[in-house]
Order: sequence, then C-alpha cells, then structure tokens
Amino acid sequence: MTAAPIGYGRQSNRLASGGLIDRSKTLHFTFDGKTYAGHPGDTLASALLANGVVLTARSFKYHRPRGILAAGSEEPNALVELRDGARREPNTKATVAELFDGLTATSQNRWPSLAFDLLSINSLFSPVFVAGFYYKTFMWPAALWEKLYEPLIRRAAGLGRASDDADPDTYEKATAFADVLVIGGGPAGLAAAQAAARTSARVILVDENAALGGRAVDDASEIAGNPAHEWVKMLEGELSRNPEVRILRRTTVFGSYDGGTYGALERVSDHLPHPAPGAPRQRLWRLVAKKVVLATGATERPIVFGGNDRPGVMLAGAVRTYVNRYGVVPGQRVVVFTNNDYGATTASDLVRAGADVVALVDSRPEISDHVYRITNETGVRLISNAAVTDALGKRHVTGADIRLGDGERIELACDLIAVSGGWNPNIQLTTHLGGKPVWNDRLHAFLPGAVPAGMSLAGAVAGDLTLAKSLAGGNAAGSAAADESGHKAIAVPVPTAIAESDAVTPLWRVIGYKGKAFVDQQNDVTEKDIALAEREGFRAVEHLKRYTTLGMATDQGRTANVNALAIMAELTGRTIPETGITVARPPYSPVALGALAGHHRGKSFKPTRLPPSYRWAKEQGCVFVETGLWLRPSYFPRPGERDWLETVTREVNTVRNAVGICDVSTLGKVDVQGAGAAAFLDNIYMNGLKTLTVGKCRYGGMLREDGILMDDGTVARLGENHFFITTTTANAVKVVQHMEYCAQWLWPELDVQIVSATEQWAQYAVAGPKSRALLQKIVDPAFDISDSGFPYLGVGEITVCGGIKARLFRLSFSGERAYEIGVPARYGDALIRRLMEAGEEFGACSYGTEALGVMRIEKGHISGPELNGTTTPQDVGLGGMVAKKKDFIGSVLGKRPGLVDPDRPSLVGFRPVDRSARLRSGAHFLARDARPEAANDEGYMTSVAYSPSSGHWVGLGLLRRGPERLGEIVRAYDPVRGADTLVEVVSPVFVDPEGGRVRG
Amino acid sequence: MRIACPHCGERSLDEFLYSGDATVKRPDFAGTTAMDDFVTYTFERTNPPGPHRELWYHAAGCHAWLVVTRNVSTHAVASVELARDVALAAKSATKDSAS
Repeated sequence: MTAAPIGYGRQSNRLASGGLIDRSKTLHFTFDGKTYAGHPGDTLASALLANGVVLTARSFKYHRPRGILAAGSEEPNALVELRDGARREPNTKATVAELFDGLTATSQNRWPSLAFDLLSINSLFSPVFVAGFYYKTFMWPAALWEKLYEPLIRRAAGLGRASDDADPDTYEKATAFADVLVIGGGPAGLAAAQAAARTSARVILVDENAALGGRAVDDASEIAGNPAHEWVKMLEGELSRNPEVRILRRTTVFGSYDGGTYGALERVSDHLPHPAPGAPRQRLWRLVAKKVVLATGATERPIVFGGNDRPGVMLAGAVRTYVNRYGVVPGQRVVVFTNNDYGATTASDLVRAGADVVALVDSRPEISDHVYRITNETGVRLISNAAVTDALGKRHVTGADIRLGDGERIELACDLIAVSGGWNPNIQLTTHLGGKPVWNDRLHAFLPGAVPAGMSLAGAVAGDLTLAKSLAGGNAAGSAAADESGHKAIAVPVPTAIAESDAVTPLWRVIGYKGKAFVDQQNDVTEKDIALAEREGFRAVEHLKRYTTLGMATDQGRTANVNALAIMAELTGRTIPETGITVARPPYSPVALGALAGHHRGKSFKPTRLPPSYRWAKEQGCVFVETGLWLRPSYFPRPGERDWLETVTREVNTVRNAVGICDVSTLGKVDVQGAGAAAFLDNIYMNGLKTLTVGKCRYGGMLREDGILMDDGTVARLGENHFFITTTTANAVKVVQHMEYCAQWLWPELDVQIVSATEQWAQYAVAGPKSRALLQKIVDPAFDISDSGFPYLGVGEITVCGGIKARLFRLSFSGERAYEIGVPARYGDALIRRLMEAGEEFGACSYGTEALGVMRIEKGHISGPELNGTTTPQDVGLGGMVAKKKDFIGSVLGKRPGLVDPDRPSLVGFRPVDRSARLRSGAHFLARDARPEAANDEGYMTSVAYSPSSGHWVGLGLLRRGPERLGEIVRAYDPVRGADTLVEVVSPVFVDPEGGRVRG
Repeated sequence: MRIACPHCGERSLDEFLYSGDATVKRPDFAGTTAMDDFVTYTFERTNPPGPHRELWYHAAGCHAWLVVTRNVSTHAVASVELARDVALAAKSATKDSAS
C-alpha cells in the first residue's frame, strides 16, 4: 500500500473485542477510490460500517442517499460494483460480499459523486415520478419516446454497469443426491442436519453465508450452555467428520423444482480476488433429495415512516448482527423503533457494546414483562405507545422525530435508528411450485401453506421464531426426514436455550410523517405510491406490483412485499389475506447467466464432432465449415488459387473428368435388423421397398404424418433381414427417434431392432469416371467390382487393403459414376490416406461440401434448402416415387387438397438470361411484368451455384406450376440485396439429363 | 421433474423429450373416413387440467419410448410404462374384442 489516503485504518466503529472476525490480520480495500481497512470475517458492509462509511449508494429513481439497511441477502440499498476490469460485477450486495485484501468497490447510479449527485434533483420532481409515471408522463407525443424519453430515463435510472469485456472466469455445473437436504445453516438447520446425520442418511446442508450459525450467532445466543458460535463449531466438526454429510457454504438454494429437485448456486471464489487456478468462479448445483428440511429462517421487516431510507436507518436484527458477529457498532447514539419484543434485545446488545441507546420507541401501548426487565437492567429510556414519524438529516440520520401516545412530538438526536416491524418467514421456496402461503395471526406474517412433496419445515420458517423452539423443531424435522428416507432415526438430545419472547403487535406504517416514506427501497416505491395505486383502482396485488414496480427489483421485495400488502389492506379496509398473498418465483437471489451457462459458452456451447478424415484434411490446409455439430471439410485450396470459387471449380471439374474423394461419414447411418425389418421400412418410407433385393440400394423419402417431406436418403439391403439406411446429416438424430417411435409405439408387433451407426462407420464418396479404376487398387481381388459384377445401386460387404472389412455402395450424388466406401471408423484416417495415394495416378483430388453442393445443384438433387419442412414430394419432383396403395407415415394427410394443389410452387431449374449474371438464393419469382409485391409472389430460389459444367450460374427453386413453365422467362427479385434478374425456367438437371454417366 | 425410466431408473427431465398424446390411436388408412380420422389424430388435442397420458422419449438414455401418466397441473408422475408394452396390450385387447 502507498501513502494512506483518507479513511485508512481508522475503523472508528470497530469494537476492541468480540465478534467472529480475525483482528490479527488486516485487509485493505477501496470504496470509491478511498482505501479502508477491515478484517477476515468481514463483509464489505461490515467493514464500511466499521470505518464509519454510512452513505453507500444512490437510489434508483430519486437518487436519494442510501446506506446499509440489512446484513444479509435481503439488502435493497447497498448495491455496489465489485472488482474492476473484466471482473467488474454490478449490483453486488455489500452485505454479502466477503472482504478480501485488495477488494475494490464503486458506488453506482450517481453522477458526479456519491456525496453530490446532480440527479438527486429528481427528488424535487417527485410528483412527476410517482407510480405509473412511465405510462402517464411520457405518453405524448409518441414520437419522442424512442429518441428522447427512453434514453433519458435509461440514463437516469438503471443500476450498475456490466463489464464490457468477456468474463475471464469459468463456471461449472454439478449434481448431488441426498436422502435429506437441509436448506439453511442456522440453529434449526444445524439441529436438523445433526439429527439426520446421526442416522446413516446421506445429508446435504446448504447455507448462503460463509459461516454457519445464522441468527443464533448474529444474536450471540447461548446454546447448551455455550456461546452459540462454539456450539456451531462443535456441530460443524461432527458433521464434517461424517462421510455421508456434505456442507455447502456460500450456497444459495434459489429454486424448488418438481420431483425433489432444487437449484443452488455456490459462490466458490466470490470471496477471493480471483479464482484459484482451475477453480470455477461459481458452481450451479442441481440437488436431488428424497426429503428436504427447509430452515431458511425469517427476514426482518422495516416499519414505513418518513425518511426511513436515510443512511443510518437500519433493521434492528442487522444492527445486532454487526455488533455480535462483526464487532462493529453502526451508530453511537441510537433510537430503537419497534413493535415487538426483539427491539429490547437490540437495545440490550447495543448497550453491552457501549453505544448510547437514546430511547426504545415501542409502538405498543402495553409492554411485556420481558421488555420491562431489559429496560430496567440496561437503563434504556422506554417510550411506549409512540412512533418515529421521521428520520431527520440528509445524507445521514441526525435525529428522530417521535410522536408520543398523547399526540405530542419530541425530537431526539441520534445517528442510528434501529427498526423492527416483526419477521417475515422466508417461505419463498415453498411457493415456487404454486404452494399458497397462509396468514398467521399470532406472528402477523405469512407461513407456508402447501409445501413441495417431501419438504418439512423447521425454525422461523415454520413460525418458531425463538431459539429454543427452532432447535427442537430442527431436531424433530431432521429425525423424521431421515426416518422417512429409509434411515432409522436415533434419538438425539435437543440442546437447551434461554427463553425469549417473540410477541408482536402489527404496525405497518406511521401516519403523519413529513418526508418520503419508502415501502420498496430498491425500486423507490413510497407509501404514497401505494395510496395512489389504491385511488386509481390498482388494488389487486398483481396490479399493485405492476403499477408501482413494487417487489420487482433484484431483491424480489423481500423487505417490502408484506408491508405493501398490509398498507393496501388498511387503505381498502380489508384483512391482509383478503387483500392477497405474495408468492415468489425462482430465483430467490439473482443468478448470473454465466453460472446458468456453465461450460456451455463459445466453442463449448455445443460439442464439436470431427469426421474421420479431419486430421488428414487439416494437414491439407482444408477450410472447414460447421454443419450442425460437425466440422466438415468445405474445400481444399491449393497454392496459387485466388479464391474459394476457383478451388471449388477445380474440385468439380476433377470429379467430372477424373475422380474426387469426399468424406460423407456425417450422413446419418442406421442399422435395421429383424424379421420385420422389411415390413417396417415399408411403413415409414413413402416409396415401396418390398421389391428391394439383397445386394441393392434404393433412394427413399420419409414423410411426416402430415404429409410433408421429413428426410431423404438411401436404403441398402445387406441381407434378407438386414438393412442399412442413410439420412441427411442434419436429421440423423431426429430420424432415429422417429424410427424408434414407429417401431415401439406404432408397430410393436414387428420384430425390428434399430441402432444408429453414424459414428461406427467412416464413409467416403469416390466419384468420377475413374472411380472404379481407383477402387480397383484397394479392393481385395476376391471381390468383383466390374460393372456387371457390381452395377449401379449395388451394395456389398467386401474387404479392402488386405482384409479390412468394408462396405461398398454404388451410389452417386454428383451424377458421375460413383461409389461410397465404408470402413469401421477407426480405419477412417488410414483409408483417406490410402485412397488419395491410390488416386494420385488418376489425378484425384479431395473435395468438400462446397463442390458436393455445386454438383448436386447441377444434378437437381434436393438438399436442406428444399427439404425445408414445407415441401411435399410433389413439390420437389419426387411425386412419382410416392406409393399409391400402401399405408405409410404421411400417406393419408399427404393427399390433402392443399398439398396436392397443382398451383403449389414446384421444383425447377433456373439460369440467368444474361449468362454472366449471378443468382441469389432467397430471391422471389415474379412474372416479368408483375409489380414486386407479395400478392404477385410465385415462389423463391432455394439453391444457387456457379456451375463449372455449364459455365454460368444455375439455380434450383420452387415456382408456381414450375414444371409446366419450362422456357418461360421470370424475374428473380431480391430487394434485400438489390438484385432483379431475368431468369429462364429450365429442367432442374443441368448435367447429363439422361443419367448415363452414373451407370458407367 | 424426474421420470423413472423402466430400464434406467429415475432420471432427470433433461434426458427426455416430450412427444405428444399417448391416448390417440393411428387410424386405418383404408377406412372410408380416413382423411377426417387422420386430421383428428394428427392435429386435434384437448388440454384439460389433471392427469394426462403422454409419450416421452428417453433420448439421452436407452431410447425407449414411454407412456408417462402425469398430472399437468402438479407435474406429479403417477406411472411410467414402456410404450411398446402399452401398445402391444392395446393391440391384443382389440384383437380379443374383435374375435
């Protein structure tokens, strides 16, 4: 560290002793550029408070000064940008960010500085910014929305800035199974985990904080005669020695899902400057449990009064947490404002920590003995039947305006107002699957109603706010859960705790305040906004939320929703249950998209499949193309070639004149066997296959049941009951699924077995007039591949290169004499090398998908652009193949009038009238004199290529009544790329229309 | 959601593909009302709340087609059967009633 700037090392609010921080080590961090000191065990919030930093943020809409309200993940205000550079993370809660040496944090949503924010002027215009202001103020003129209002609002509002750089860290996903999942590591959760783990059950204990213990440690309670943190330590020891127990710290269960599945986010490295080598930043867990004990505790709710958002107004429970867990006194002169017995506990803890508790303001006219006893012991002034109406001060609380029971007002100077309006059990995980919470009249809070199957409740979330009840409830729930998961429960003694009181009398809002009274602090929703919503008729909870944006911020309104509901109930004279309920959706806390993506980003978004010739092709300097998951050779440039077109032209010419070799292993291959195989295939192909003899192949098409073409390929009959079919590369998986469906569900009586063999076979097309001569060199002499011995559409099981098992198919996609040769995939690399070597004397070349595509267009063969999910066999010139008499998938619906309408666009070829013109796929066809509008559309160009064989561009397309219009000139109209080309309608077969070449 | 595949045991939802209604039966292509029957079979579905008989495919598992009885309101799975068994039972029942 260099010279110490302001703020360095003072920690004026840190107690000399106490808390669970490690004072022997000092950590330095910066906030808005100033350096401060803290200790291991601190959060950013506790360290800021230790250094007397109270102003930490500006609010969302009014840019009001804000401080730290809470000590946990419910914090609405103290959001900061954490870290810098590529790791900068906006909207991080200071209350959960653990301190590390070198941490940098920056306040958000202020300009030019936190202390002096020009946009706080919004506060003066607050009549404009009331609920629904978006809908009202900026309605007119509409033209100004896009250019003026929206950019303005976005600049003024919005929270932090995301980093512009890619996230340098990694994220991972994991799944774990448990007999008993315990959510929450407070006293109830720990007791439950202990009871469950004493059986042989597999237990997972999850807690969102770095340290276990929850409120028991926050309150420095006593358990079994020891300080709570010592009991926690003992229990942690017991649990971590048990091999069946997994403890996930810094892990938030953010969602409940069906079947006992829970989503959780483990912040593996968020507490470190950067992840350790090889470690992820965060880990997304899928936890699957037979039984779940929910012990998520409760969140304290504020009371709504004037200026209740001023820095220095803090939840009373949070004040106790800072005092007891972090050894920080967040204020020196404190007013405690409460409607329940935990206010007195707060006063007592503050007094013990040396703070001056100016008054305990209790709204209740009748005060319990419990409170009297504490005020007597501590000497704190008790003001009952009274309320804090306003927090005074601007950037910091300087006093409290208090209205007494008789209406008189007094003002007390203070720098901290600790407020407690009671507790809201953290029931969110019980509502994710639709469970409706129920109102509890004793606690004045919602408790879980129906819970997800397998879930039980323990501690505050079950309504047991006191420590003794939490421990007992946790113990019972843990035992029962283990027992129900099949692990016989063992009696575990319940630890003892000192009696406490959870009595509460509701007070939701204070009447007669002067300043602004906030209900939802993160979204700047005031008590008056709720009143406005009520006046304007937005009384239903869902309307209230949408109209005011209440509860829709990143904190899901955890300190706001119940207060808002209660205020609406008061305004409408209804009870709270009559007014509505609040349910939550996942996630309980925000989850970074990076964590949801896990490893699936960039090139790892999906797996990459490499064809068998990949390594060889790479050595040749091949250019690859992604087709689905596959990385296929696209073309093989040679030195001196100027562009891809020159390369592809050379490859096409080589195939047409000599021989070329192409890896076609990516085509889907399916092995079909069984006594029913022939009948089965006849059911799923549109053309007849019964006449296909052993040793022959046939082209075939499959339809969907609605009569649309699904896929095409070849069927080879290797034996009486053995077929080998190919599918398009794109549909390989889908076709197998479809075939399994047909075999298992539609025709289960047929004896047929189906297995995908796509990856088992390396398959190469050997195409061109010299293909047979080339193959002759590698096919073992025992096999006759002469035209008479192995004619067009023949198939045979052979051996090559001295006994390697292979399959030879005489198939052609190029229109030339051609073969496909398949070998077990492990020989794929060897075979491509051998084929190229053998082809040298014939001038053979390798070709990729580009040349393959050019040649299939030259031959008028259909491919993906024509097999596009909207075409029928008739549309693409395959109508003649469709069997008339048999039943097959699509046989009936394929005859629907709309599908057999001769007016449908059908496949024809196109060539430019001006032979030098380039064609573009996607261009729409128009009659020569037609105006270019949708009503005159006659179809579109599906595939184009420069045809080396024709010497000009050629295209395939779907043209209305196309086959009847050969010779006609139409326009290929392409406004997107500014083309309008006259084209002649021709046969789709540009090369060797008689088909003589394939037969040799 | 988790589905207990009869071959593979209980597995997570993302191993499976949902693929439609298991209560419809592919009609006779030669029937006099074949076109109407196929239109109904292919396109017409009701979506009442409560239990549904659904076809699922164990895509990332054993490739079995399954008939899953699932309450679409609660996602509770009441039973999982092999589609082949269900289909065979239905065919033999049709045969029995015909004979």
